[in-house]
Amino acid sequence: MSDARADAAFPYDDPSQQREAATLGMWIFLAAELIFFGGAFVCYAAAASAHGPDFARASNRTALPLGAVNTAVLLTSSWTMALAVHAARDGRRKPLLGFLLATAALGTVFLALKGTEYLEDYHQRLVPGRAFLGSGPERLFFSFYFVMTGIHALHLLIGVALLLALAVIAWRGRRPLPTLNIFENCGLYWHFVDIVWIFLFPLLYLRGRHV
Amino acid sequence: MTDAAAATRSENYLNVDYRLRSWLLTTDHKRIGVLYLLSLTFFFFIGGAFAVVMRLELLTPQGDLVQPETYNKLFTMHGIVMVFFFLVPSIPAVFGNFLLPLMIGARDVAFPRLNLASWYIFMLGGLFTLGSVITGGVDTGWTFYTPLSSLSGTQVTTAATGIFIMGFSSILTGINFIVTTHKMRAPGLTWMRLPLFVWSLYATAIILVLGTPALTMALTLVGLERIFGIGIFNPALGGDPLLFQHLFWFYSHPAVYVMILPGMGVESELITCFSRRRPFGYSFIAGASLAIAVLGFLVWGHHMFVSGQSAYAGMIFSLLSFLVAIPSGVKVFAWSGTLFRGAISYETPMLYAFGFIGLFTIGGLTGLFLASMATDVHVHDTYFVVAHFHYVMVGGMVMAYLGALHFWWPKMTGRLYPEGWARLSALIVFLGFNLTFFPQFILGYLGMPRRYHAYPAEFQVLHVLSSAGASILGAGYLLPLVYFLWSLKYGKRAGSNPWNATGLEWRTPSPPPPHNFPESPVVTEEPYAYPVEERA
Repeated sequence: MSDARADAAFPYDDPSQQREAATLGMWIFLAAELIFFGGAFVCYAAAASAHGPDFARASNRTALPLGAVNTAVLLTSSWTMALAVHAARDGRRKPLLGFLLATAALGTVFLALKGTEYLEDYHQRLVPGRAFLGSGPERLFFSFYFVMTGIHALHLLIGVALLLALAVIAWRGRRPLPTLNIFENCGLYWHFVDIVWIFLFPLLYLRGRHV
Repeated sequence: MTDAAAATRSENYLNVDYRLRSWLLTTDHKRIGVLYLLSLTFFFFIGGAFAVVMRLELLTPQGDLVQPETYNKLFTMHGIVMVFFFLVPSIPAVFGNFLLPLMIGARDVAFPRLNLASWYIFMLGGLFTLGSVITGGVDTGWTFYTPLSSLSGTQVTTAATGIFIMGFSSILTGINFIVTTHKMRAPGLTWMRLPLFVWSLYATAIILVLGTPALTMALTLVGLERIFGIGIFNPALGGDPLLFQHLFWFYSHPAVYVMILPGMGVESELITCFSRRRPFGYSFIAGASLAIAVLGFLVWGHHMFVSGQSAYAGMIFSLLSFLVAIPSGVKVFAWSGTLFRGAISYETPMLYAFGFIGLFTIGGLTGLFLASMATDVHVHDTYFVVAHFHYVMVGGMVMAYLGALHFWWPKMTGRLYPEGWARLSALIVFLGFNLTFFPQFILGYLGMPRRYHAYPAEFQVLHVLSSAGASILGAGYLLPLVYFLWSLKYGKRAGSNPWNATGLEWRTPSPPPPHNFPESPVVTEEPYAYPVEERA
């Protein structure tokens, strides 16, 4: 017991308790995140059911090619993230570092493309405000578009920062990798942010395309 | 006494380090509990000060003390400070933090540093909210209903930012409590051996984690609407102001249970201890906490009966609201059953516990008036509603908070408070409370709307009674402040277990050592194993 305590950080009794606590904490945090995004999704659903045709028209004005490429980029990043978690479990430092940096790079590519897209939206006067070009409900659609993709991008930005911090741990950390579950928890977060995008993409970009 | 003498010599969480730095950087859950106690006392008296001015204004029918706009700001700031910076954190943040690890035999909560971060985030939120007061206040009511909150020229954005920030503190504390309860229990402490206070904290934490994010989103959208004019709640663009009410109450109704469940947990501890009996229906009390947490998420629409939501939605919400009364009733009956044939003694915490049962029952039963649609149309937005939720929140939660403070004060400080003064203050609080809020039921039923600074002359008698009661209540709140401070220096030493209570927190010295227990406890028996000594 006392040996196990020495291996675990305060206030835990042993390393497995510490690991389980951190993992449980992360899942509960993601449940809170789900409710947070859920609030915006519910408002979107209500508005979309009230203004179906307007939302479809407005949705056709989004930059589908950029959105599609970004979806592919983000899905690929989830794959490299999963590989990173795998490498951490096996205690292979070099591949871990590589996959973490690859994931961070793909996240950055996503953010860069998103930024270009916002700039294009601005030039086409799609930013809600007085200069907006279109009807009231169309402007409402773009309010949702900017709020939801904006909050998503903020989450991704935090994710990239986390990945870079983890890369430092993977590079210079002294403790054996398999005892650390921060890689797994960061992975959970990253996949969650990915899944949010999987719902955002069809809701915002594909809504009117089949019409 | 030997026990007490030993406790003074040995190292405890208070005397381990006296420097300010050691408090500001502490990760000890007990110190963080004390930090919350100090902060919440501060916010409680700030929130109370707004109420004092309101009650003074309402002494006369004419609006003669403050401008109508000022009055709007007074009730808004009273609500915001009391709800978000006193009631929601009150028992969980102070006593939950202090007691949860002690009660489950752990050395600390699962994430001690996160716990300290919660306090800093809470204080940052408090700073923003106080900043909004200093820069002119907010006039929307604590509910921030759109479109008023989108259009109001007052400091809505600053105050909403404060509550937005404070929400993160709630979520992090909730996560910490859930994980602590799951993963940090002492060997042998099975779920059915947990103290009922821990069950109520667990239910509270679930609400904090799953409710608060909806409020965060609602306030984010209001803020973005004010800053960028995004229009999600703006009917001119096709948005819908009712969406705000849905999101807001999806948090704020469950939050009402955040403001009562921990009080119910305290109640279970006090009643078992001072009637020296096992709780009547342990598993029912524990299960009722979870049932209230779950059902609490399904009843938010009863705040919107007159808002234009569909009548069918109203009927469903009404039915579900009645269902919440069942687990609440189970608890009241279980406490009464525990008292029955118990060896009851009347120490101060028990006086508060008795006050809680009576006042909470009145508050809960008048809630049923509001849950039935036809009656609600008559009393909606009147003083009846004000009286109802003050009976639950002040008569229930604040009574429980004071009961908890008296009960665990000897554990927190190692000193006993003066029993005579404390009993007197419990009596004053009870009388003052009833004189303040009972007349408001009648006022509301007669048609006096809430949030008005002036009123017809025939309501004056009842308003004067209410204001008189408020001054008595205020005295009742100031008195404990005085004798608790006095007891820090002059109070008798408490010893580890002044009440002869069961529970792990009483098996360690008062004040407890930094890591709680000299030796990690092992639990071998059910909770509340009071010796069977029934009266003939």
